[in-house]
Amino acid sequence: MSLFQTLRFAFGGLAANKVRSALTMLGVLIGVAAVIVLLAVGNGSSQAVKDSIEKLGTNALTVSSGGGFGGSRSATATKPLTVDDARALADPASAPHIESVAPETTTSQTALYQGTSHTVSQVVGTYPAYFKASNSKVTKGDYFSDDDVLGARKVAVIGSTTATDVFGTADPVGRKMTLGGTPFTVVGVLATKGGTGFQDPDDVVVAPLPTVQNAFTGFGSLGQILVEAKSADATTQAQDEITTVLMGRHGIKDPTALDFRVSSQASLLTTQADTNKTFTVLLGAVAAISLLVGGIGITNIMLVTVTERTREIGIRKAIGAPRGVILGQFLAESTLLSLIGGGLGVAAGLIGSHFTIVGIKPVIIPESVVGAFAIAVAIGLFFGGYPANRAASLRPIEALRHE
Amino acid sequence: MTPLRWSRRTAALPESAPEKGPWAPAPVIEVRSLIKTYGHGDAAVHALSGPVDPVSGAALGVELVVQQGDFVAVMGSSGSGKSTLMNILGCLDVPTSGRYLLDGIHVGGLDERQLSLVRNRKIGFVFQSFNLVPRTPALAQVELPLAYAGVKPAERRRRAEAALTLVGLADRMDHRPNELSGGQQQRVAVARALVTAPAMLLADEPTGNLDSHSTEEVLAVVDRLNAAGRTVVLITHEDEVARHAKRVVRLVDGRIVDDVRQAPVDGPPPAMRDDASLVGGGR
Repeated sequence: MSLFQTLRFAFGGLAANKVRSALTMLGVLIGVAAVIVLLAVGNGSSQAVKDSIEKLGTNALTVSSGGGFGGSRSATATKPLTVDDARALADPASAPHIESVAPETTTSQTALYQGTSHTVSQVVGTYPAYFKASNSKVTKGDYFSDDDVLGARKVAVIGSTTATDVFGTADPVGRKMTLGGTPFTVVGVLATKGGTGFQDPDDVVVAPLPTVQNAFTGFGSLGQILVEAKSADATTQAQDEITTVLMGRHGIKDPTALDFRVSSQASLLTTQADTNKTFTVLLGAVAAISLLVGGIGITNIMLVTVTERTREIGIRKAIGAPRGVILGQFLAESTLLSLIGGGLGVAAGLIGSHFTIVGIKPVIIPESVVGAFAIAVAIGLFFGGYPANRAASLRPIEALRHE
Repeated sequence: MTPLRWSRRTAALPESAPEKGPWAPAPVIEVRSLIKTYGHGDAAVHALSGPVDPVSGAALGVELVVQQGDFVAVMGSSGSGKSTLMNILGCLDVPTSGRYLLDGIHVGGLDERQLSLVRNRKIGFVFQSFNLVPRTPALAQVELPLAYAGVKPAERRRRAEAALTLVGLADRMDHRPNELSGGQQQRVAVARALVTAPAMLLADEPTGNLDSHSTEEVLAVVDRLNAAGRTVVLITHEDEVARHAKRVVRLVDGRIVDDVRQAPVDGPPPAMRDDASLVGGGR
């Protein structure tokens, strides 16, 4: 009995019940496609996080006011961050691993331009060092300079979303917009960052610190201080130096009772990536269950097929079909079901992964394609094995008498 | 393993000639003290029991010997055990006790694998209800036993075509069972049974589902096969069919009550020797 012959019989058996075979294949198809697409979605979302880490700049550290969880309890009074704190951090003698320091104050204001009104979620007052530390680059125009900061000039660099929302198609560079009642001249437009968070990182206006303080926030405390370490490897040392300097300036002795917090963007996003991994595993589990259900579908259909064709099995045995041939025929049928179903599932999964799903661009994991397909075929073999074995073990006379 | 290899060699011979042993040729069928019981205890049904020992009252079992080239008709009413006997002879069922030697092989000592080989090479089975594989054209149907025997496709095709031509269906090779009449289906079944050149042809009421014309067609094929030297065992309850046999065995309640020889083992079957009288008596 050649392999070809066995496959021909198997095809014949499947073709005899086209609708049933198609529905069983659909079960496997959905299982395999689900595994591929869902894992691709999970992977796509972690990929997006990884990308935004790179966009943020891995060297960046953020110093913000207020203790950590439980930290402020023991602190007698929380001293706000000031421009002097930032200046102290910029001293290369006490903090040799720090490249640059940009004090930041943040507010939200409404921008007006020729009757167009748009609420900018982030109006940042800072120093030019901010652009490098936060990995923000201008595509049109230029950054504002140290002179602009010293002169407290009313200039601004705006994000790409702000640019389109306020100015539409017009080139914003050189134009004047009113921000919270104060006229600002746009000198540059930032490159689109894109992002996955709740806040659009491109809806931003960056202006010199004294200008923003003068117009909106006042000359008191800072929101946060953005610090850029010399290199990605130096972030830990930089973090230690910041802690030491600020503890000295704020007069804190106990390192567990700080009134400020130093966090690196990268570490925050790593946490988010871990969450994503859990998410991916969950998605994978759901997909695996649907694949298993598809496999049970195969078993079910093969059991029905065996029962229905008991007589045929009897005839084949009576004319001398050995056990192995009957076993092979039914195994071939179930494997073909899962093979075709799995193949179509891979195709469907690959096509499905081209679409953006819930805002996430799926990124296919090649192993998931190979794995899902292999598991589908293995399921066919495994779940088909039981009915096939039952068919092959039938006594010919019992099979022939079956009605 | 010895009987296995032996059976392969025999199967390779075309239209195997009667085996010439040192003495007489071995009988094709040799059944000794065969008993078949279904169920247990009080509910037991003795399908085959043979004569009862007058002293002890125990069943002695059925004894039957069929020589090479014979044409035996087994007759009996329903429940007489003739189908049970046939299933055991065809290696489809196993006896409760007793010995069954098929072409010199002790069938009871064979495992599942060897049994399927025996069914394939030694026995050609024809059923009352045709039992063709559904959705399969006649040619593929007849090729099937050869495929199971591992015969090469070209050789398979040649032999299947020869077998179908022999039963007069050379022009129906591509027809599926549902496109054939009952008589034609049964002739396909006969072609399938004889394509492996088995030691004997077993037919379980082959004409039971056929009209008189188809019955004649099928019996003519069986007659010709027997005339060519093939051993035939046939079950029937019609006297018209039994008339074709060289020997008639009657079963009643699992016992052989009558064993009549109508024609010598060597020589043509009665229908071919005495065609005119059969036609006269048959109509």
